[in-house]
Order: sequence, then structure tokens, then C-alpha cells
Amino acid sequence: MIRTENLHKRFGEQHVLKGITTEFFQGKTNLIIGRSGAGKTVLLKLLVGLLTPSEGDIFYDDVNFNQLNKKDVRTLRMDVGMLFQASALFDSMTVEENIRFPLDMFTNMTRGEKRKRVDTCLERVSLGAVNDKFPSEISGGMQKRVGIARAIVLNPKYLFCDEPNSGLDPKTAIVIDELIKSITIENNITTIINTHDMNSVMGIGDNVILLYQGEIAWRGNRTEVMGSDNEILQNFIFASPFLQDLRDAALEK
Amino acid sequence: MYYKETMRQMNDIGVGSLTIVGLIAIFIGAVTSVQFAYQLDGTLVPIYYIGYIVRDSTIIELAPTITCLVLAGKVGSNIAAEIGGMRQKEHIDAMEIMGVNTAAYLIMPKVIAALIVIPLLVAIAAFVSVLGGYLAVVPTGYMSNAEYIQGVRSFFDPYNMFLMFVKATVFAYILTSVSAYQGYYVKGGSIELGQASTNAVVFSDILILLADYLIAVVLT
Repeated sequence: MIRTENLHKRFGEQHVLKGITTEFFQGKTNLIIGRSGAGKTVLLKLLVGLLTPSEGDIFYDDVNFNQLNKKDVRTLRMDVGMLFQASALFDSMTVEENIRFPLDMFTNMTRGEKRKRVDTCLERVSLGAVNDKFPSEISGGMQKRVGIARAIVLNPKYLFCDEPNSGLDPKTAIVIDELIKSITIENNITTIINTHDMNSVMGIGDNVILLYQGEIAWRGNRTEVMGSDNEILQNFIFASPFLQDLRDAALEK
Repeated sequence: MYYKETMRQMNDIGVGSLTIVGLIAIFIGAVTSVQFAYQLDGTLVPIYYIGYIVRDSTIIELAPTITCLVLAGKVGSNIAAEIGGMRQKEHIDAMEIMGVNTAAYLIMPKVIAALIVIPLLVAIAAFVSVLGGYLAVVPTGYMSNAEYIQGVRSFFDPYNMFLMFVKATVFAYILTSVSAYQGYYVKGGSIELGQASTNAVVFSDILILLADYLIAVVLT
């Protein structure tokens, strides 16, 4: 579980996050949603330690992340996997080398063991025979899968996904969502997903928080989304005129 | 992993720069010998001095300085662009989150590789320069083979070689560390990446020339 207490982040005069106190649960897909500029990415970067909070604390289980020294942070990060928005695969490495990278850096596994582990992870994300391809030679959806395979290769306890569906067609996006969800349940990991994809919210949102102007405007789960009368949530979900018309039509009926 | 990366960098920096370094070195030697031949023409200075002057000027100054100024352009801009590109494409963030010490993984192999291969490149450049000097004045009939060889073998002071390697090592450190710094801390988009690449070359060149002067003052 990951917990934040009164988390603030300021960039000069700009107060981006204003006292975020929340919990992200183990074995669940925890979603951070909100409009662009709401502070989702900043919150995610604070959680993984790419940014330092101006105020407040982040707890990985009971360990205060902000009080760890550099060495302990590096040790903790071996339990962290992250899928980036643009996958962040290393261009000069093949798919296999990308997935093997954390194994090369942090384990004493033999070449054969590493190969086996890479194959297991590729199989888990339903990819085969791409080991020797470079990231530029595979599709965006496949790159996301490789990104997931690399994120889970060290069996992390915490998985972070930054906009995992951006740039993907709706069908592939659903496949990626389901993959993340099943990996979360199988490995009982704490997964935090930063998204503004409503399909993800409705499909895998075990625990959803809506950020609005740097604060938590709503929290709940996917079954509570539609029934909520929270105005900010409703404006976020039914942002487009098309969806508004659909909602109005449904209400009229 | 660090060993493998260092070997890759040694190949990129060393083997990848051999052609340009060789080409420049041959012309440095040729131009030096032709110009000294022009300056010594009609004087009482023995003609074999051309070989001696080409040898010493390339070893002490031209080979390390010109080679490293060129490498600052080729290798330095490449390092800044490579690391800067990785920063912009979130590769560095990905490594940080994995727990990798990115400065050590991305910068150290480049610095170590440069410290090993650039002095070797400079030594090759010095040798090729002397050869270039030979090609410019001997086959053209300005002086004989024996005279040039005599000049190259005269008044040799091994300390000059030491000076050349000191300069090459210092310049190698400057051009890789300055370029890596510019790339590592790049912010923004493609325009900023271009600026970082340019800054890497400009700052490296300035610092190399400054270091050249300081080494000359201290060690000669």
C-alpha cells in the first residue's frame, strides 16, 4: 500500500498540489484521473520520487519515502516498476535487452536464467518472437506491452503507469488495461495509474481519485462513478457535447 | 554492464573518430611542413629542420589541441545530443525509477572511454601528422627522404610526449564531462537540445584552449 499525507507541491508561485491525503491499495488498480493540468503527473512523479514534495509525506507501506537516504531509495526502487506514457524503451537496445536491463543491473542471474525470465515476461504480455526487434520496429501497442514486461521483470511490489493508453486505439487500450489489471491481481501489487481515459475508469477503476485544481475532488470506485452527483466528476466524465447529449437522452427516458 | 558500456563507448569514440582524426592530422602535418618550408626558404637554417619542427609542433601542440577541438565537435555534440535525447524521452527517468545511478551509468563509461582512447587518437594523430609533413615535402622534391628523416630524429625530448599525453587526457576529460553535463541537464524540447549540443561544443572548445594555455604555463 502507498499512502500520502498532506502532500503539497509548489513550483515557485504556482501551487500545483494542495494537501493530497489518500491511500493506494495493494492488489487493486488505483486510478488518478483529472483534466490536463490538474496535477496528475506531478502527483505520480512525487510518488515515484522524480520530484520532491514541498510539504507532506509519502509512505510505501510503513516506510516514509522522504526520509530515506539515496541508497535506501535505490533499494526501494528495485520494488518499483513503471510504464511511461511513451513507453521510454531504450532505442539502441533490442526488446530483449530492454526487458533484461533491470536483470543485468541488479541480479546475478546467469544468461540462461535471464533469457528464461525475459521469455516469461514476454509471454505474460502476450508477445512472442520480438526478442531481437528494436523498439522502432514494433507498433505502439507492442511497445506498451514491452514496457509492461520491463516493469514487471523484477517482480515489483508497486507498479506505476503514466497514461498507459495514450496514443492507442480503443481496442488495444482495453487490452492494455486488462493486462495491467490481471498482473495487479496475480502478483498482488499496488498499481497506480494516471489516466484521463474514461474506459479505464469504468473498466479497471478499483479505487479512483479525481484531481481538480490540485485537490482531491472525488474518490470512489468504478461502480460509484455513474451514480455520483459530484458536479466536477460529472463535468469531467461528460465533457464532450456528444456524451452530454447521451446523458440527457438517458435522463429523459 | 558498466564494462560493456565502456567498451561500446571506446569503440564509438575511438574507432568512430579514426577517419576524421587521420584526415585532419595528415593535413595539419602537410600544411605545417609546407609553411615552414616557405618560412625557412632563403635562410641559413638547415632544411632538415622542417622534419624537426613538424614533429615537435604536432606533438606538443597541434595533435592534442586540434584533435580534441575536432573531437569536441564530433564526440562532444554527440554525447550532449544522446544524453539530452534520453532525458527528453524519459529514458533517464525510467532508469532512475529502476534504481540505476544514471550519472554513473550514462556519464562514467563515456569519461573513462574517452580518457583511454583520446590519448591514443592523439598519438595516432601525431604520427599521421609527421607522415603528412613527409608527403607534402618529400615526394614533391622540396627535400630528400634522408633530410626529412634526419629532422624527425633530431633533438627528440621524451618530455614532449609526456606533455602531449597530459594535454590529451585533460582535454578528453573536459570535452566529455562538459558535453555530458549539457545533455544531462537539458530541459525543454528540440530547440533546447540543439542549444545544449552547441553549448557542449562551444564550452568544451573554450575550456580546452584555456587548459592548453595553463598546461603550457605550468609544464613548460
